[in-house]
Amino acid sequence: MNELLDRYAEVAGRDVVNHLYQLAAPLKGMKVVHVNSTKEGGGVAEILRKLVPMMEALGLDVKWEVLEGSPDFYQCTKGFHNAIQGFPVELSEAMLEAYETVNAENAERLRPVLEEADFVFIHDPQPAPFLNFCPNRRGKWVWRCHIDCSRPYRPVWKYLKNWIQDYDASIFSLAQFAQLLPHPQYLIAPSIDPLSEKNIDLPEDEISEVFDQFGLKPDLPLILQVSRFDRFKDPLGVIEAYKQARKMVPLQLVLAGGGATDDPEGEKVLDEVRKAAEDNEDVHVLLLPPDAHRTINALQRASDIVLQKSIKEGFGLTVTEAMWKGKPVIGGDTGGIRLQVVDHFTGFRVRSPEGAALRIRYLLHRTDRLEEMGIRARRLVLENFLLTRHLREYLALMIGVLHGLEDRIDMVQ
Amino acid sequence: MAEQVDDKSPLTQPFNIRDCALVSMATGYKAQNLREFKEGLLRVPEGSIYHHFWGRFLEPQFDEPEYSNDFAAWVYHRLNEKALAEKLSVIDPADYEDIESVRQELVERVEDRLYENEFVPWTRADEQFYFVRSQIVVLDTGRYLEIPSDLPSRVPEMTIGSIFYHFIDARKRTEDRSDDFSAWLTGWGDKYNDLRLKLMAVDPFFSSLKELRFMVTRVLEEYFGGGNS
Repeated sequence: MNELLDRYAEVAGRDVVNHLYQLAAPLKGMKVVHVNSTKEGGGVAEILRKLVPMMEALGLDVKWEVLEGSPDFYQCTKGFHNAIQGFPVELSEAMLEAYETVNAENAERLRPVLEEADFVFIHDPQPAPFLNFCPNRRGKWVWRCHIDCSRPYRPVWKYLKNWIQDYDASIFSLAQFAQLLPHPQYLIAPSIDPLSEKNIDLPEDEISEVFDQFGLKPDLPLILQVSRFDRFKDPLGVIEAYKQARKMVPLQLVLAGGGATDDPEGEKVLDEVRKAAEDNEDVHVLLLPPDAHRTINALQRASDIVLQKSIKEGFGLTVTEAMWKGKPVIGGDTGGIRLQVVDHFTGFRVRSPEGAALRIRYLLHRTDRLEEMGIRARRLVLENFLLTRHLREYLALMIGVLHGLEDRIDMVQ
Repeated sequence: MAEQVDDKSPLTQPFNIRDCALVSMATGYKAQNLREFKEGLLRVPEGSIYHHFWGRFLEPQFDEPEYSNDFAAWVYHRLNEKALAEKLSVIDPADYEDIESVRQELVERVEDRLYENEFVPWTRADEQFYFVRSQIVVLDTGRYLEIPSDLPSRVPEMTIGSIFYHFIDARKRTEDRSDDFSAWLTGWGDKYNDLRLKLMAVDPFFSSLKELRFMVTRVLEEYFGGGNS
């Protein structure tokens, strides 16, 4: 067995990794290309950083290419991101032109790799037009949408759909995100990497170090939200929930966020958050660099409860990360959080700051329930949301796409 | 306890351990109320009915489900129709000739409820039922069981995909709508009838596949005496 896969077998189980070998056997040697818009920051880059070497370890010939954009391009794609999540966004002709030009230039640069690939996975809207710039493609092309696409802003979706409809298949994270498209739409939930810096076990002293590092009080319950400073993550709602809960129980809040290179709006939201937090010495707003994975890991492990009070959420990998560390999560009742936070079992789903405050108070009062939910949360992730499951579904999808729409593909000779 | 030494059966081949993986797909059908739900049941491909009874085992789920299929769970949790949820939950596809008959049974029970009720139960727009189907990829592991007493040591090593294939998916393939292990044991005539009955009595509806593997292993170990035979 390969050394990398061996390490996953130790965490996820030998049977799980044996299963991956079985599934990858018919795909051995195939050329696979993943394309996204950034190598750093954001969940997509995090997934690809491990998915690519794992596919390679299983005998596939895999490349990860990154699109290089201009500020105008990122402004436009941030607009797409918001529009897909349902916000009305007006995009000027100039912005769309920047989007198409950047795509044409990048596709030109990468064309030899893309056209000779057996499978091309295009992640999110940023590189979606690549397919149209590769007329001599020979493989199967799959568009992977990582965003909550349940109610996209129609004018923008109609524009994007033109670039997506000719793909051989698309992947959405949840059934409610799937859109009417003239090709099969697969449903694959994202995952976390249990061996990454963000998720590996840490020594106790490294966990307790964060209290000193960020001026936190070791004797005060700690609640945490880790996410970009983005309106959809509702950091202001988290501060409000903290303020309400604080009236009844002493506690401290950490809002830790990193910026992604393709998110120009983050700065503005961060200012608003700092303003809302300025009179509260026990609210800590941390802007962490994109490589602060171990720090985030330690913060999650040091917390009593983790929040992800999103109003819109694609999947919510920070929820998965917290659950993997045995923490109950109080999450917004939206998107992929619903798949992970099983109300009253692995945490609570809430629809308001008041709801979040109520559940914070409950869990800090009922520490027996807090612990119980944490154990269940970790088990749910172990069985369903590790990278090994994600990879399994990609491999099954690849075999599926090669065989058309059959319900049952029998690879038994 | 059964005798622990047995011979290869002249009537049957070695048991080929298979594995499978499943990937879900959207069907484009969804329902926000009971009437739309009935329409969806009528229109979705057979694979979707199969998925919501069985395919869901390979999807994220908590291991103490209240209801035995996704339809019943949604009707209860989103439409608050407890009686209908109970009626849908007792439907066991193994009791029906094919998936079409299961579909008809589901539709009839929903229609009965629509007939009784003056109002059509609704749910919120973001709590709709999404009909999903799945593609299943079946693989040959290249591994075989020669004799039944191999079972207790080999089942715990099987992947959850193998457990799904041999214990769940088998219900639509085997003659008596049971599992592949029980079907294979018939090759020894009546010799393993007790074990077959015990395996067939394992109710797979309310467990995760890992739990199911554990339950089946326990039955086998008890029968063969610790699995060391």
